Amino acid sequence: MMGWNGRKNALLLLAVAALVLCVVTVAGGLLADRAMTTDFTRKNLAPCGAFLFGTDWMGRDMLARTLAGLSLSIRIGLLTAAVSAVIALAMGVASAVFGGWVDALISWCIDLVMGIPHILLIMLISLAFGKGFVGVVAGVALSHWPSLARVIRGEVLQLRGAVYVRTAEKLGVSRLTIAGRHMLPHLLPQFLTGLVLQFPHAILHEASVTFLGFGLSPEQPAIGVILSESMSYLTTGKWWLAVFPGLSLVLVVVLFAAVGEQMRKLLDPASVHR
Amino acid sequence: MKHRLLFTGKKLIRMALLLLGVSLVAFLLMSASPLDPLKTNVGQAALGSMSQEQIAKLEDYWGVNDPPVERYLGWLGDFVRGDMGTSLLYRQPVSQVIGQRLQNSLWLMAFAWVISGVLGLTLGVIAGANRGKLADKLIRGYCWLISSTPAFWLALVLLVVFSVWLGLFPIGLSVPIGADAADVTLTDRLYHAFLPALTLSITGVANIAMHTREKMADIMDRDYVLFARARGESTRSIVLRHGLRNVALPAITLQFASISEIFGGSVLVEQVFSYPGLGQAAVNAGLGSDLPLLLGITVVSAAIVFLGNLMADLLYGVVDPRIRRGAART
Repeated sequence: MMGWNGRKNALLLLAVAALVLCVVTVAGGLLADRAMTTDFTRKNLAPCGAFLFGTDWMGRDMLARTLAGLSLSIRIGLLTAAVSAVIALAMGVASAVFGGWVDALISWCIDLVMGIPHILLIMLISLAFGKGFVGVVAGVALSHWPSLARVIRGEVLQLRGAVYVRTAEKLGVSRLTIAGRHMLPHLLPQFLTGLVLQFPHAILHEASVTFLGFGLSPEQPAIGVILSESMSYLTTGKWWLAVFPGLSLVLVVVLFAAVGEQMRKLLDPASVHR
Repeated sequence: MKHRLLFTGKKLIRMALLLLGVSLVAFLLMSASPLDPLKTNVGQAALGSMSQEQIAKLEDYWGVNDPPVERYLGWLGDFVRGDMGTSLLYRQPVSQVIGQRLQNSLWLMAFAWVISGVLGLTLGVIAGANRGKLADKLIRGYCWLISSTPAFWLALVLLVVFSVWLGLFPIGLSVPIGADAADVTLTDRLYHAFLPALTLSITGVANIAMHTREKMADIMDRDYVLFARARGESTRSIVLRHGLRNVALPAITLQFASISEIFGGSVLVEQVFSYPGLGQAAVNAGLGSDLPLLLGITVVSAAIVFLGNLMADLLYGVVDPRIRRGAART
């Protein structure tokens, strides 16, 4: 009989967090219609039994709106994190494998993208794509790759010095084959954790840019929209409009961070038993 | 000394090239935008009722018809001569708008930068030195939670609690409403800047503390720490004599890298507190298609970030004599 250990613990946490996130995504998708229903007989209700998160000035159920918004955020987060992680992988590998001017150019691009304050860059890219869904996805996806690209570049540089890679080089194996056969398997764990750890950032940035008015349009049920609308009602004491949606967003981000952290532990066996 | 100068010179050239790249990228992104500045600023209805001549005049004002290359080169030529153009929304020279706004924002950012740096370093060192103990768990929990919290929501919550419920702080702006500019005292400014600065500091601490903790925990695993323990040194003296010195380099990097983040945070926080800073101007410029202003803000903020990186590079040499000699050779 195997005992309980840190690895199983991590696996359990990972499963629970992933399950909750899936439930939120699906529930939000199903509740999308309910989130849009307006009913002026029940407007501005404080949180109560029937409406756990209260209702807004158009009588919309805030719980449904929040879940629908979270669902949208999660889907955007998955999409953007995946895109930017792939960009990072391509950039990092190309930079380290080809070296020379390719490396110099990519390093320059990384410095350039990291030099513009993140929010400002997302704003600019979102503007270039005409705001809305496309704008926010492009903005978040095209601005999150540099740090992961740097990590992967460093990793590949280390691998290039490894004996088996140098041997393969001497044997005349092409660079692409080396990259595919010898390097990618090593990079996969780094890549996967990097990918998952990008979700929280992606979701937070999506909400932030939407909040500023550069992201999803006001008729969509997004957390950023909910929060920026709530700003006009806060001074009249309708605190629930801002507090619960924000708190749920924090919860979702914490869960994503937990998934990433547990995955990192599982893929790096040495640290899991600490 | 000559090597140091060469090193700095190289960095400065790289910085200038990066800034050129930043301005080009920002310009390309903005001119690629399908959003029509006339529609966003004048409004569809008003446009419909205007004569062709008026529309042509407005198009001229917003620069809709000029070819992009010409516009960029024109902007660049003026910029090199120190003229950043005229803001289309504020109808003032961009440098003047940025100057005013930066002054307001600098209060916030400097405060948040110092507080989050000092607090982040302290918390990180404490957590790293006591890995696995209660203090470490608490600090990690805090960082974990804060780094998952959007800055603007935290600002909203602080606003609800301190301004709406408790009525301790003003709801927005950087000076009292209706006060004469001459009557505004320093206390007024600090009073209005307090909540935004607090929000920025709270969020800034997490990142710095987390990374410092990693480094500190690394250091505590080293042989020289083990040896110091064997000699009977207390944790306190190990941290002060061996830990702090070794954690100084990464701490400098983190501290100066956080400038970019604090700027990003200030964009959000200023929006919540309607604080008339640079971040708010950036949002207005973006929403109102004010190309010269947004371009100016992007370049200025990127310059601040790059200068921060440069200072970090130079400080390495000051802190670590090995780098002082080593960097000269490379």
